Amino acid sequence: MLEITNLVKTFDGEKEAKGGKGRNRVRAIDDVSINVQEGEMFTLLGPSGCGKTTTLRSVAGLERPDSGCIKVADRVMFSAEPGKREFHMPTNERGLGMVFQSYAIWPHMKVFDNVAFPLQVVPRKKRLNKRGIEEKVGAVLQTMELAHLAGRQATKLSGGQQQRLALARALVTEPPLLLLDEPLSNLDAKLRESLRFELKRLQRELGITSIYVTHDQIEALALSSRIAVMRDGKVMQLGSPRDIYERPANRFVAEFIGTSNFIEGTVEDRHNAHLAVSTDHGRLLVETDLQLKRGDTVVLAARPERVQLIDEPPTADGPNQLTGAVVTRSFIGDAVDHIVRVGDQDIRVQCEPTVSHPPETKVTLQIDPTCLTLVPIGD
Amino acid sequence: MTILPSPAPVEERDAAAGYPAAASATKIPESGNGVTRFIRSALQPRFFTLLAVVIIIGYLALTPLLYLAYGTFVDDGEFSLGGFERAYTSPALPTMAWNSLVFTLGATVLSFVTGTFLAYVTVRTNVPFRPLLVATAMVPLIIPGLLYTISWIMLSSERVGVLNQVSTAIIGRPVFDIFSMAGMIWVEGTHSAPLVFLFMVAAFRSMDPALEESALVSGASRLTMIRRITLPLVRPAIAGALLVTGVNALTSFEVPVLLGLPDRINVFVSEIYDTLRQYPYDYGAAGALSIGLVVLSILGVWSVNKLSGRGKDYATITGKGFRPRPLDLGKWRKPVGAGVVLYFAVTTLLPVLIMLYNSFVPYYQGFSFSSFKDFTLGNYTALFENRIFNRAVVNSVILSCGAATAVMALTALAAWLVIRTRTPGRQMVDQLTFLPLIIPGLVMGVSISFVYLHNPLPFPIYGTIFILMIAYVTRFMPYGMRYSTSSLTQISSELEESAAVSGASWFQSFRRVVLPLMVPGIVAGWIYIVIVSIRELSSSILLYSPGNEVLAIVTFQFYEKGEMSAVSALGILMVATLVAFVTVAYKLGANIGLRE
Repeated sequence: MLEITNLVKTFDGEKEAKGGKGRNRVRAIDDVSINVQEGEMFTLLGPSGCGKTTTLRSVAGLERPDSGCIKVADRVMFSAEPGKREFHMPTNERGLGMVFQSYAIWPHMKVFDNVAFPLQVVPRKKRLNKRGIEEKVGAVLQTMELAHLAGRQATKLSGGQQQRLALARALVTEPPLLLLDEPLSNLDAKLRESLRFELKRLQRELGITSIYVTHDQIEALALSSRIAVMRDGKVMQLGSPRDIYERPANRFVAEFIGTSNFIEGTVEDRHNAHLAVSTDHGRLLVETDLQLKRGDTVVLAARPERVQLIDEPPTADGPNQLTGAVVTRSFIGDAVDHIVRVGDQDIRVQCEPTVSHPPETKVTLQIDPTCLTLVPIGD
Repeated sequence: MTILPSPAPVEERDAAAGYPAAASATKIPESGNGVTRFIRSALQPRFFTLLAVVIIIGYLALTPLLYLAYGTFVDDGEFSLGGFERAYTSPALPTMAWNSLVFTLGATVLSFVTGTFLAYVTVRTNVPFRPLLVATAMVPLIIPGLLYTISWIMLSSERVGVLNQVSTAIIGRPVFDIFSMAGMIWVEGTHSAPLVFLFMVAAFRSMDPALEESALVSGASRLTMIRRITLPLVRPAIAGALLVTGVNALTSFEVPVLLGLPDRINVFVSEIYDTLRQYPYDYGAAGALSIGLVVLSILGVWSVNKLSGRGKDYATITGKGFRPRPLDLGKWRKPVGAGVVLYFAVTTLLPVLIMLYNSFVPYYQGFSFSSFKDFTLGNYTALFENRIFNRAVVNSVILSCGAATAVMALTALAAWLVIRTRTPGRQMVDQLTFLPLIIPGLVMGVSISFVYLHNPLPFPIYGTIFILMIAYVTRFMPYGMRYSTSSLTQISSELEESAAVSGASWFQSFRRVVLPLMVPGIVAGWIYIVIVSIRELSSSILLYSPGNEVLAIVTFQFYEKGEMSAVSALGILMVATLVAFVTVAYKLGANIGLRE
C-alpha cells in the first residue's frame, strides 16, 4: 500500500563553529525503506528529532525529500533517483488523509464546513454537487458521532470531539492512506487512554491503512500492527509490538521501549538452546537462537517485571541467581519497585504489591533464561 | 539532530499548482529538471502574485533612498559634494546639532521616565484612577501631534495663554514660554510618553510574576530584585521604547517647526524644512541634511539593538496575561493617585478643553467665563462652507483608505512569503518592508519629490494625488507588515498544511483558510494606517499641490494664517472622528490577542 524506498532528506544544520564555511547537512531521514501492507496500522516510533515526523510529512508532500521513492497504492508520489527525472507530486494532488498534532481544525469554520472543505476544493469537474457533499459529510459525521454538532463552531468542541472532527475531515474523501501525526499528544493522560482504544476500534472497523507517528512507546505497542523504531533518521528495528518489546534488536531499542536492566558479559559456550554468558555477577544462561562465538561481547537485558525477588539465600542448583541487598523501594500502586544492588550495579525489580522489603535486606534475584534478552552489542 | 517535531514551513513548491490537473497516476508523470520545474512554477498564479508584491515593495522602499543620494551628490549631471559643503559648513551648524541633541535626549528622557513610572504603577500597584491612565495612553492616537502642539500654544502663549493668565494673576507676570527649548521638550515628551507607557505595560504584564517572586524567595531585597531580575527582563521593551521615542523626537516635524522656528531654535528637521522654504530651493543642501538625519536614525536603531542585547533570546512577551498581585502603595496611594489625576488633567484634558473652548468663541482670545454667552457654532459652519476644507476631507478619506488598503494587501502577501516559504532572499523582502522606518517623514517627502521630479514611471505623478498616496504607502508599509506578520504567525501552519492535504490549491487555501484567519489583524492594521495617514503632515507638506490638500495641510495653513478658531473647530472634529476609529481598532485589537 505504501512503499518507501531509500528515502533521504537533509536539512541545513547549525552553522559550523567560527571560521567554518557553510553548514552541516543534517540527515533527517537517512536511507529509510518501509513497506506498509493494506489495512495495517503502522507506527513510526522514536524520540523527538529521530525523523519520524519528517518521514510522515514527506509522504504527505509537506516536505520534499532529497532522494528515494514514495508510492501509495502504486501511484508514485515522489521519486528522485540518480539518472532519472525528479518527480514531486504537490500535496493537494495526493489525495491522502492526515490528522495533525494540533488537529489543525479551522477555527473560523463550523464543524460541517471543516469536514466539507476537502470535498469543496476538488477540481470543478469532479466535484460533487451540494446535495452529494451534504450527504457524504453527514455520513462521516454519523460514523464519528458528531452529527449533532454539525452546526457548531469548530472551536467549541472538547478535546475528544476535536480529534474525531479531525479524523472525519481526513476520512471524508475516503483516502487510501491515513496519516496520523502524534494525534494524542495534546491530550491529558486519561483522555489519551480512552481515545487510544477509540482510535484502534475505528481503524479496525474502517480497515484503513494508517501511518501513525508517536514518541510514546505505550501508545505504539497498544495500537500498532507493526512498528518501526527510528533514531537519527534510521530505522533501528522493524517488527510487531511483541517482537520489539521482547526481542529488541539493539541496546537503543531495548532502552527506548520500556525499562530494562542491562548486564554486560562475554559468551562462554552453548548448552542446547541456551547460551552461557560470563558476567561480573557470575555465569548467566540465556535462551537464544543467535550464533555467537566464544569470547563475543554481549549485553543481556532483563525487564524489571521479569526478575523475581526472593528474600532467601540462593538455592544450589537454580540458574541465573544473583545476590544483593535492597537499596530502596517505592510503592507505585499496582506494584512495588525495588532497586537492588548487585556487585557494583543497581538492578531494578518490579514485584507484586504484597512483596515489599526494607532497604538493606539481603535478597536473591532470579531471572529465567527465557526472560533474558540477548542484545547485540553496539547502539 | 536538529529536526524538531514542530512543523517546518511548507516548502515553497509543495502546495503549488492552481487547479490541479487530475494527477496522471501509476507512471511517473512529466515533471522535469531544474529549468522546466522553474518554468512550471513560474506559470502558477502564486508565483506572479508574489513576484509582483516583491517588485512593488522593492520599488517603494529603494527609489526614495537612491534618488535622495542622486539628488544630493549629483549636481548638473556631475558628482558634487557642494550640497554637503553648504549644509555642513554653515555657521549655524554647531548650534543646530546641539539643539537636536538636547531636544532628542530631553524629550526621550521625559517620556521614558513618565511613561515607565505610569506603566509600573498601573500594572504593579493598587493606585486609584487607573482607567484614566489607559485613556491618557490613547492621546497620541487621537490627538495628532500638530493639534497637540497648537493646543499647547493656545494654553501658554504669552498674552492669551490660559496658563499665563493664571500665573499673571498669581505672581504678576507670565512664566510659561512655549516657544523655547523647554517648551519643545515638554510638548514632544508628553506626547510620546503614552507610547512608552504602552510598551512597558505590555512588558510588565507579560512577565511571569513567579520570576520576581522566586528572586524574593531566594533572599533578594525588592531593590535587588528590580535591578537583577525585573529590569534585565524588560530590557527588550526598554530598548524598544527608547528607540521609538528617540526616533520620534529626532524626526518630529510639528514641534520644532511650530515652536522652534519662530525663535530660530533649529534642529535637523526644521533646518531641512527651512532650507526648502527659501527660494532658490537648495535641494543639494536639504538632501545632505536628510542623509545626515537618516544616518543618525540608523545609528539609533543600531545602538538600541546593542542595548537590547540577548534580550530576544529570553523575550518575556509570551502573550499570556499574568495578573500579578498588586503592590500595596500604603500611605503613598493617595499622593500617587493625585499625581495620576493631575497628569491626566494636564496632558489630556487641558489640550482638548482649550481647543473645544476656542472652537466655540467667535474669535481667538484668552479664557474668560464672560465669553460663554458669546458661544457660537459659527466656526463649524464656516468650516463646512470652506471649499478647501471640503476638498481636503475628500482627499484625506481617499488617500487614507487607499493607502491603508494598498499597504495591507501588499504586506499580507509579503508576510506570507516571508513566514511560510523558504524562498531564497525572503529575509531581504522582510527588511525592505521595514526600510522606510529609518526615513523620517520630512526626508521621505524630500526623497519622493526627487524621485518624481525625474519621474521613472510612464505616467505623471508629480502634482497629483498619487504622489501623496505613494508617500503614505511607503511610510506606513512597516506598520502594515508588523500587523500582517503578527497575525500570520498566530495562525498555525498546520491549518494551511491540512488544507493542502485536503486537496486545496495555494489560491484556495489562501482565500479560504489564511485570509479569513488574518482578517482581524488586517482590519486592525488597516484602521491604524487610516488613523496615521489622516494626520500625516511631515511628508505631505512637501508633496501636496493646490487642489490636493489634505486635512493636516489645511490645519497647518489655518495655523500659519492665524485662524485659530478654524483650527480649533477642525481639531475637535478630527479628534472626535479619531476617537470613534480608535475605539473600533481597540475592540478589534483586543480580539486578536485572544485567538491562538
